[in-house]
Amino acid sequence: MTNMDELAIFVKELEEQLVICIRCGLCQSVCPLFEQTGKEADVARGKLALLNGLMTRLFSDPDGVNKRLNKCLLCGSCAANCPSGVNVLEIFFKARTILTGYKGLSPVKKIIFKQALSNPKTFNTLMAWAGKFQKLLVKSNKTIQGTSCARFVSPLLFSRHFIPLANKPFHKSLTALKPGSTVSGIRVALFTGCLIDKILPNIAHASVKVLQHCNVNLIIPETQGCCGIPALASGDRKTFNTLLAHHAKLLQKQKFDYLVTACATCTSTIKKLWPSLYQGNENSLKKYLDNLSKKTMDINQFLVDVMHIGPYKTHEDDNSSETVTYHDPCHLKKSLGICVQPRQVITASGKYLKEMEDADKCCGMGGSFNLSHYDISTKIGKLKQKSIVETNCSTVASGCPACIMQISDMLSKTGSSIQVKHPIELYADSLL
Amino acid sequence: MKPALLKELQYITGKEYLFTDIEDRMTYSYDAAVLDPKIPCAVVMPGTDEELGKIVLLCNENNIPITVRGSGTNLSGGTIPEEKGIVLLTRRLNNIIEINEQDMYAVVQPGVVTAALAKAVEKIGLFYPPDPGSQAVSTLGGNVAENAGGLRGLKYGVTKDYIMGINFFDATGEYIKSGSKTVKCATGYNIAGLMAGSEGTLGIISEITLKLIPCPTCRTSMVAAYNSIEKASETVAAIIAGRIVPATLEILDNFTIRAVEDYSRAGLPVDAAALLLIEVDGHPAVVEEEGARVVTLCETMGASNIKVAANDQERDRIWSARRSALSALAKLKPTLVLEDATVPRSRIPDMVKALQQIAKDFQISIGTFGHAGDGNLHPTILTDKRDKKEWHRVELAIEQIFDKALEMGGTLSGEHGIGIAKVPFLKKETGFSSIEFSKRLRRALDPNGILNPGKITGV
Ligand SMILES: Cc1cc2nc3c(=O)[nH]c(=O)nc-3n(C[C@H](O)[C@H](O)[C@H](O)COP(=O)(O)OP(=O)(O)OC[C@H]3O[C@@H](n4cnc5c(N)ncnc54)[C@H](O)[C@@H]3O)c2cc1C
Ligand code: SF4
Ligand code: SF4
Repeated sequence: MTNMDELAIFVKELEEQLVICIRCGLCQSVCPLFEQTGKEADVARGKLALLNGLMTRLFSDPDGVNKRLNKCLLCGSCAANCPSGVNVLEIFFKARTILTGYKGLSPVKKIIFKQALSNPKTFNTLMAWAGKFQKLLVKSNKTIQGTSCARFVSPLLFSRHFIPLANKPFHKSLTALKPGSTVSGIRVALFTGCLIDKILPNIAHASVKVLQHCNVNLIIPETQGCCGIPALASGDRKTFNTLLAHHAKLLQKQKFDYLVTACATCTSTIKKLWPSLYQGNENSLKKYLDNLSKKTMDINQFLVDVMHIGPYKTHEDDNSSETVTYHDPCHLKKSLGICVQPRQVITASGKYLKEMEDADKCCGMGGSFNLSHYDISTKIGKLKQKSIVETNCSTVASGCPACIMQISDMLSKTGSSIQVKHPIELYADSLL
Repeated sequence: MKPALLKELQYITGKEYLFTDIEDRMTYSYDAAVLDPKIPCAVVMPGTDEELGKIVLLCNENNIPITVRGSGTNLSGGTIPEEKGIVLLTRRLNNIIEINEQDMYAVVQPGVVTAALAKAVEKIGLFYPPDPGSQAVSTLGGNVAENAGGLRGLKYGVTKDYIMGINFFDATGEYIKSGSKTVKCATGYNIAGLMAGSEGTLGIISEITLKLIPCPTCRTSMVAAYNSIEKASETVAAIIAGRIVPATLEILDNFTIRAVEDYSRAGLPVDAAALLLIEVDGHPAVVEEEGARVVTLCETMGASNIKVAANDQERDRIWSARRSALSALAKLKPTLVLEDATVPRSRIPDMVKALQQIAKDFQISIGTFGHAGDGNLHPTILTDKRDKKEWHRVELAIEQIFDKALEMGGTLSGEHGIGIAKVPFLKKETGFSSIEFSKRLRRALDPNGILNPGKITGV
């Protein structure tokens, strides 16, 4: 049996999910990548056909398929719009695992995932170290979004205006938190997420402020780390499993009614991918993950659906309310169907919400897609930037730190004065 | 394909727009039809008419078959290429060249997406009615080449009724102009008309002039529920006989109603045997009068319940339920075969009965919905192609559907075209000499047989 035969057998495990695609081609209308390139191999229908090709041993090596499969934002726009209900993202994640298992991780990713990401403690130390040194590499742009660009021409950074690592990650401030009084009796655990912890800790501080204001009993489990999506997207199922097990163990020790996160990607990973991609055969853990999935909530949804935050009370010193527009993160709207609550949080902050054109169109970030295909990612991002600017807003809000980074990059490049915030930051600011 | 030829193609379009890797080529080996794929030897994506013309010329000189592809959503295999041929993508030819408000027409390139044109003209109060279910992705070139229909066919007709002019490259690379921007045109053969439904076999369309009409000012929608599908289909015949022409007159059978309700919880009556979804539009006074007459007709024909949409939201809910019919059915089984055999509309009750019998005889699941008012039902067969025995029964059932439709004076295809899928059945409908006539036409216009060989007339 050749290696390709063996690979075909692995891919065949996806057959039941692959046959659901009826090749209708409707995903072409929503795929942000296809909009740019017009290439069938870039859209879900083409990628699923390629996997079918692997199964039927059409190719002599898997490199070409692997390359095309990895060229994807994993935004889920295709799945959200698919008439046949193909679980596109799950198929892509599983296929990436199979192909990575077959080909092995790239050396750089191996170091990052195996040695750093899978162990939250090491990862934190490493990032703290990187945070100190990056000052040598980047200079501040002095733009309102707080981005930095490469001081030296670096092949990885191109002309990105990226938000630098925070001087003090959120988890370092943890000990300073005062425990909240428990008037409401609701116990909430906060899952911070890597990007918020290390790059946008203000979002975490705002979350804490708001949750404490709501009088919930707040717990922030220590040694929490990454939800595992970067590893999964690179097909490193092992690291993903390690992280999953770590967090399951950590969370099982705590008592809480809701696990709340301010990161759209973490929420959708914990809710959807943790239970569906858990590979072990521990029945009790499987049950726990299903249960956890039900308890996990986006912070906007928590505020609106559980805390029933009221409408904004005007203060005396208000003159005119500021115009804010909102960008729907794919992982909130397309993956979880959450789009009303973040908007309510914005208006509850006393802001005037003005919708942009195509608010739910992907911003082009797509995690590591932005690193590997910066040119296309930028083209997609520019469409978003245009829609934002057209609203004449002073702030754009979005419920996902990855989207915030991409939008910041796009706006900062044009020298725009529009701020980029998480709805929770706006709400926190509105509390006196 | 010879490397020298590939080089020439690359010279025409540039490296970025010629795909030769097996992985890219295989993604152009299929379309939305349930047929076996065929991988072309190259795929090109020209950016201008000039490039398009050069490609056709080059292929003709070298006997290379060309299959044009818009979005590849056709349901009859019209874009499944030849293994020794190329696929030509119209994706980059996607400009709306002109929208003329005064003379009410639009000039477009073939790669413009149907919904994009509809949206652009609606902004200025004009209307482009053909609305195939695939309009969010399908291209106007593909619509013309398949003579696509939609939900509004009953009153507003299909794509061919909006074609005023078409410019195209013939098989030898000559640029042919046909039709005009005038309402009337009696200059020579109706060549533009011939291009409607030509499935890429007579020429490669590069510019289309389409008729636009004013937006209807008023509309009203309603749903009528029946406890027998016969009564519903008899109502359809009665509405037509009553000289009322609704914009849309759609039917859903019980199987489809239940699938839609499971899928979208739209509040449909799941115990109804059939539903009619009806919309009348036009001048407010006419809409009011015709709307009332339709309601009375439905009542006298035995509808158990009639609901008229009170506002736009209710109207949208009705049509989104209809639009989700295919999705809802698609979720039930891996393979979905969407048929579109069509009968004269007075025969709808007979056709509905025949379909029920066929489902029973061949022990297969058929959900039936569609454009009842046009006589164009979409019996949708749900199966799993990997189940060889059932698949065989499905093939027999499809043939039986065709036979029944033809017996009633109908046609093999209302709007999905012949492509490869229905080639073997064409003779049943048109007879030998029509096929021979079409073949002679093709040979004369395309001596080397490079334009989408194998489609419509077979080889
Ligand atoms: C979910 C779904 C719903 C659908 N609903 C409907 C419906 O309601 N009504 C309906 O009529 N159809 C419907 N269809 C079928 C299909 O969408 C139509 O046939 C549509 O017109 C095809 O457009 P396309 O751009 O995908 O063309 P393609 O599939 O790419 O091509 C179709 C044919 O046109 C030829 N062609 C394309 N461009 C050119 C050109 N520039 N010059 C010459 N030939 C060309 C091709 O060679 C091919 O033979 C549906 C399909 C799906 C998947
Ligand atoms: S929309 Fe869904 S079923 Fe249709 S081609 Fe895309 S993935 Fe397949
Ligand atoms: S996940 Fe997004 S980028 Fe990837 S195929 Fe689907 S729509 Fe396209």
